[in-house]
Amino acid sequence: MGGDAGQDDVLTVLPGINDDNARHTCREDDMSGAHNGQVLECRGLRKVFGDLVAVDDVGFEIAEGETYGLLGPNGAGKTTSISMVCGLLERDAGEVFVDGDALTTRSVAPKRSIGYVPQELAIYPDLTARENLTFFARLYGLSGGELKARVDEVLTVIGLSDRANDTTDEFSGGMKRRLNIGIGLLHKPHLLVLDEPTVGVDPQSRNAILESVEQLSTQGMAVLYTTHYMEEAERLCDRVGIIDHGKIVAEGTRRELVELVGQKDRVRLLASGDLEGAVNATRDLDYVLEVAAREGGLDFIVECAADNLTALLGRLSSAELAITSVDVDEPNLEAVFLHLTGRALRD
Amino acid sequence: MRAALLIARKDLLERVRDKSAFLYGIVAPLALAFIFSFVFNPIQESTFSAEYVIVDEDGGPIAQAFAESLYGLEDADVATVRRVDSVEEAEQQVETGSDAFAGDEEAQAHAAFILPAGLSDSVLSGRGGRITVIGAAGSDLAAQVAYSVADGFAAELGAVELAVQTVAHSGQLDPATVGGLAQQAAATENPVTVEDVSAQTKQLDQTTYMAAGMSVFFLFFTVSFGVSGLIEERRLGTMSRLLAAPIGYRSIIIGKALTSFALGVISMGILVVATTLLLGAEWGNPIGVALLVVAGVFAAMGVLAVVAATAKTPDQAGSFQAIISLVLAFLGGTFFSIAQVGGIMETISLLTPHAWFLRGLGDLQGGQVTAVLPAVGALLAFGLVTGGVAWFFLDRAVRP
Repeated sequence: MGGDAGQDDVLTVLPGINDDNARHTCREDDMSGAHNGQVLECRGLRKVFGDLVAVDDVGFEIAEGETYGLLGPNGAGKTTSISMVCGLLERDAGEVFVDGDALTTRSVAPKRSIGYVPQELAIYPDLTARENLTFFARLYGLSGGELKARVDEVLTVIGLSDRANDTTDEFSGGMKRRLNIGIGLLHKPHLLVLDEPTVGVDPQSRNAILESVEQLSTQGMAVLYTTHYMEEAERLCDRVGIIDHGKIVAEGTRRELVELVGQKDRVRLLASGDLEGAVNATRDLDYVLEVAAREGGLDFIVECAADNLTALLGRLSSAELAITSVDVDEPNLEAVFLHLTGRALRD
Repeated sequence: MRAALLIARKDLLERVRDKSAFLYGIVAPLALAFIFSFVFNPIQESTFSAEYVIVDEDGGPIAQAFAESLYGLEDADVATVRRVDSVEEAEQQVETGSDAFAGDEEAQAHAAFILPAGLSDSVLSGRGGRITVIGAAGSDLAAQVAYSVADGFAAELGAVELAVQTVAHSGQLDPATVGGLAQQAAATENPVTVEDVSAQTKQLDQTTYMAAGMSVFFLFFTVSFGVSGLIEERRLGTMSRLLAAPIGYRSIIIGKALTSFALGVISMGILVVATTLLLGAEWGNPIGVALLVVAGVFAAMGVLAVVAATAKTPDQAGSFQAIISLVLAFLGGTFFSIAQVGGIMETISLLTPHAWFLRGLGDLQGGQVTAVLPAVGALLAFGLVTGGVAWFFLDRAVRP
């Protein structure tokens, strides 16, 4: 889908929620409903399709300005979970609160706080970009001059002002993807829910989308982001919930997750000189957990390489070792997922 | 309701853009109505022959004069007139007329004339009288001729009263006498009124029949653009956006229903006007036609909503809708008069909205708007029953 996107498909800065001049009035009212600073609280979510338990006891919270990632392979239950969070799908058990208000599939008011960007393109091909935006803006209660101004603003931000009056069936994949995201931002939601927004997108557009999400969270929007790309979760998310077979198997910051599974940083050196002497010189350091000499170098397992690497290299230089290369492997979420589930994210 | 209107407006804009509703709702039915009416009209015109029965319970001079006028039709080889002894016998012959004219029984009667006892005395004493015409199902033209004959006879008697007034204007009577006669004439009932009890069995001329048949046939396709929009929203992925929006989920269903209703009424309205102007179709009283159109659209919406609520994919819905529309149209007599087939087929046809729509239009040819009410009621019942069933299942259609 995104393969046909070109230079024009770069997504620039998306409209933020701190732009108070353009904020929809009903949104201001909703701010008072915030619940202990949490924009989203969900707990005990469960959904069963026939014999398949798609989601089982899923729960998490997202605060203002926080980006929360649901990381898991295809079929893990990510889309089902956010479908219940957004009130699209009836849940078999559990609770969802948005800005402190309970949300169900029949809710109306709490849904004003949510901007939803589905994984698949969800736009009308026979309508123009402006007509698509205007229709959804009206559904969210915008009207008159405010509606027009907001539509124009979003068109500018997603770079489609010059194509505003073209029907979207004439758009490239990247343009459609931008419009798809723009619709979710029209009403300046408190909570933006993005369901794998980069699937099928070319690398250039993908990077632009990630930059935009980063920018939105810095402006105070709470973001729920589902992905099966470990790199995206690591880059964007303040906290990550790792989901597999419908259950959240671990949750926390990247560091917390890594520590949860007990993995440490690996430092590999290519060096010449007295390798055994170097081993003896570093073995007693507090942050060095393991050290071993091998042909042409040394392998270390250390705590927090980012903090201790300089000191380690200083100790090695004093041991008269000639170092030609340093390679640091920090344990990542892929490793965490592998550790927790016994299989890779993309299996 | 605001959300439903927004959805309906969006849907109508989409339909205008993709032109499919225009094609199915206007172009195709108009073209086929033109072709069918052109092809079938000459055949229809060359085969007229009527069988009438007369019940003379009066035996007076007025009844005698009326019977004589009917025998004039025999002389012209237009009709055969037989006397029967009782109203019951006449009704029986007319009732079985439809089957008879389909060719499987001895010919009975296309229409019966009932001349009640005391008709002559009543007319001659200035109190007026009543001749009843009973038409047989499927013999629309013959019944119409019968009605016209009786109506002409009644009008001829009315001319006597008119002659009195004409004489007064010539100045042969003094003004006081003229005033008295005028008052007397004004107070006098029409000497004979013709009661047409065949309205419920009338049908349309060939051109109007084809125009109406094609219109109601394609109505089911046009209306489907609205209700099947639920499935289309799922295909496009936009249903999830609608469900995530701060609107009641019933607004989505109502929005689609409004789209169907608007498309159906607009296309039928255009077809009524276009076939009237271009083909010379005679739909009848506009109010009666409007009632039938609205009720017909309502029935079509109900039937197609069941499909939309139960189909799993757009392709499946399209196939179901096409099959159902074709079967109902065939059974309902949109391509040919089901009365010509008669028998069980005629009974089965009453299970289709198409038959009731055409029957309602036939009833309307008598001129009374109220004549369409049974058909309107039947169509509304179709809509209510099928729409009720669909409403029960539509929750399944409103999902991501």
